[in-house]
Amino acid sequence: MSRLTIPKTYKLSIGGKFPRSESGRTYEVTDSKGAFLANASLASRKDARDAVVAARAALGGWSGATAYNRGQVLYRIAELLEGRRAQFVDEIMQAEGVSQAKATAQVDEAIDLWVWYAGWADKYVQVVGGANPVSGPYFNLSVPEPTGVVALIAPQESSLLGFVSVVAPALVAGNTVVVIASERLPLSSISLAEVLATSDVPGGVVNVLTGSPSEMAPWLASHADVNALDLAGAEALDWIELEILAAETLKRVLRPSGGRVSVPASLDRITAFTEVKTVWHTKALL
Amino acid sequence: MSFLEYAPAPESTSVLHLRKEYGLFIDGEFTEGTGGTFQTISPSTEQSIATISAASEADVDRAVVAARRAYDRVWSKLSGADRGKYLFRIARLVQERARELAVAESLDNGKPIKESRDVDVPLVAAWFFYYAGWADKLDYAGLGANPRSLGVAGQVIPWNFPLLMLAWKVAPALAAGNTVVIKPAETTPLTALIFAEILQQAELPDGVVNIVTGAGATGAAIVRHPDVNKVAFTGSTAVGREIAKTIAGSDKRLTLELGGKAANIVFDDAPIDEAIEGIVNGIFFNQGHVCCAGSRLLVQENIHDEVVDRLKQRLQTLRIGDPLDKNTDVGAINSAEQLARIRELSDIGELEGAERWSPDCELPENGFWFKPTIFTNVSTSHRIAREEVFGPVLSVLSFRTPAEAIAKANNTPYGLSAGIWSDKGSRILAVADKLRAGVIWANTFNRFDPASPFGGYQESGYGREGGRHGLGAYLASAGSAASVVTAAPKAAKKGAQR
Repeated sequence: MSRLTIPKTYKLSIGGKFPRSESGRTYEVTDSKGAFLANASLASRKDARDAVVAARAALGGWSGATAYNRGQVLYRIAELLEGRRAQFVDEIMQAEGVSQAKATAQVDEAIDLWVWYAGWADKYVQVVGGANPVSGPYFNLSVPEPTGVVALIAPQESSLLGFVSVVAPALVAGNTVVVIASERLPLSSISLAEVLATSDVPGGVVNVLTGSPSEMAPWLASHADVNALDLAGAEALDWIELEILAAETLKRVLRPSGGRVSVPASLDRITAFTEVKTVWHTKALL
Repeated sequence: MSFLEYAPAPESTSVLHLRKEYGLFIDGEFTEGTGGTFQTISPSTEQSIATISAASEADVDRAVVAARRAYDRVWSKLSGADRGKYLFRIARLVQERARELAVAESLDNGKPIKESRDVDVPLVAAWFFYYAGWADKLDYAGLGANPRSLGVAGQVIPWNFPLLMLAWKVAPALAAGNTVVIKPAETTPLTALIFAEILQQAELPDGVVNIVTGAGATGAAIVRHPDVNKVAFTGSTAVGREIAKTIAGSDKRLTLELGGKAANIVFDDAPIDEAIEGIVNGIFFNQGHVCCAGSRLLVQENIHDEVVDRLKQRLQTLRIGDPLDKNTDVGAINSAEQLARIRELSDIGELEGAERWSPDCELPENGFWFKPTIFTNVSTSHRIAREEVFGPVLSVLSFRTPAEAIAKANNTPYGLSAGIWSDKGSRILAVADKLRAGVIWANTFNRFDPASPFGGYQESGYGREGGRHGLGAYLASAGSAASVVTAAPKAAKKGAQR
């Protein structure tokens, strides 16, 4: 007789903990053929606001860590994911109804993406910053710094890769994030949050909400303690309205890029959520 | 009676798994050399640690052939991401075997375990981790799109930071897509050979890194070898000069990190407590065996006596002795030869009229030891103010005005590093502007980071190691490389004959 399996309860990930939605709501997640997979948490406005508080609280530690340290922590995620490839491959095959080869390719690409972005942590500053040859006896140096709390809507047509493709770059510079996962394919992002919780990523750096993007996004777009908004997965939403809401507090906004599955790896996604600080210091007084 | 009595706190050597004999690491495995053997000894006891193979010219040729084959067949065809993955593996393995490497380094080199454990080996891991991330980002290195690797890099490194210098050389070379033949110094081959085991654990493809041990002749064979595309050397200015002459007229690329005679300038508004610590760290770190050591202290005249008195007080608290003792501040001089050189120059310092001072402390009976030494009343013409001692010997000079400090600091054929101590930001930046040195430390000294370029002006060498700039030493931008090859075919031939 085959063994009876033990299904997992998928919850939210806020501040390093895994609470159910404070609203008590869940929604049914099904596989590609419509069969029941799990009851995911249907996060509320209050959950989103809690996630922002957690992200803000984690910002000082994460942005204050050395670039080398952040790089190692991001690389550690890749190491742990490598050990859990089978779990994610299974999950993706079930949720997306794809072949093992396709699911494996998605997992491998996601792992390699963590490695690629990990390497940027102690390099992007030297590539995009630098000394400015101003006219006069001044030391003048421009350095990028993290923007702060970033809210992201993950690409909706992928379980893992889309999520990683927007979250990893936002973390590189030292931002903390609140992510709205794919509505239809939310389970792997919660499993990833479980990986993050057992890696060296401090609690609150990555907060994951599952549920309805159209319900939660306006609250995050208008939240005064969110500094930037990545609309990567908001194509199907009224994202222009979200951009208008974000304008009220002059959030930095990345518009939907057309990547429903994932967004391409690029240095731009790191620098999008940085602020350039230029320091002038006189050299005139010997 | 020393300052404070502590019970010995020796680091255990049980973490080591040394072999009695080591061969050369060529094409992924240890093989016997044909140039005879030599002993590597512990400079703190003069006892032999292991028997090491000396690589003959034929052995070096085998290593270069292996490196070329690995370059052509494997390494140059690998994606940057995959090269990076190997380097990440190496970084992690170094972290995992960090204590073992630190103990081996202190045993073989004589440096205090607190330095090998807290400085050398963590930086080794950091260097590999940093350059691992570059391997798939070469387009961002500032050399334009699609920069190319150079081929086989021949690397010769010194004995003062044996494994760290290996990391400085190997990590960027591999990240950029080159393969390597490297020779560790003859007095400190041990950690390079343990590193070879790490390469095996990382399953680095055979021949990508070849480690040939031996003395000067082995290094010269690497430099001369016609199939080496790039030479990187860290060591003395005298040898660097010879290398530059040897490869003149060839199409080999060269980076040199050579000697120094750094000025450490202390202004009267300096934070004195920090400055004293910085001066001590600047010259007595690693027994002064540091190319960028702050060996010339320039003190503003009105605080000269106070600084010297406090330095002497501080020196009396330094603990000199067993490198493996966790409380040791100053370890053993690396070799009898180096000890003789330090003694000779110090004696000359006295003869030339400088005032010599060392703290009261007992030195172990066996091994190579030299007390931390301060010379005052030094003038700029003294040999101890001009020549690199490469030992725990500080020459103190004074100055009155910033202009005089700058003139004295720049009065040297070297130009590797300099220190500035002042509470006034503008003064620091203005002085830094005028110093002819590759690395300037302000209110700190001897800081190293893989993200920060390091290298000298003038006779301290050329090229930079570390940071984006360090990649440039191992890459050619697509355009420039082509023009070099077509512009100088004759010169290339001439070089190949040498």
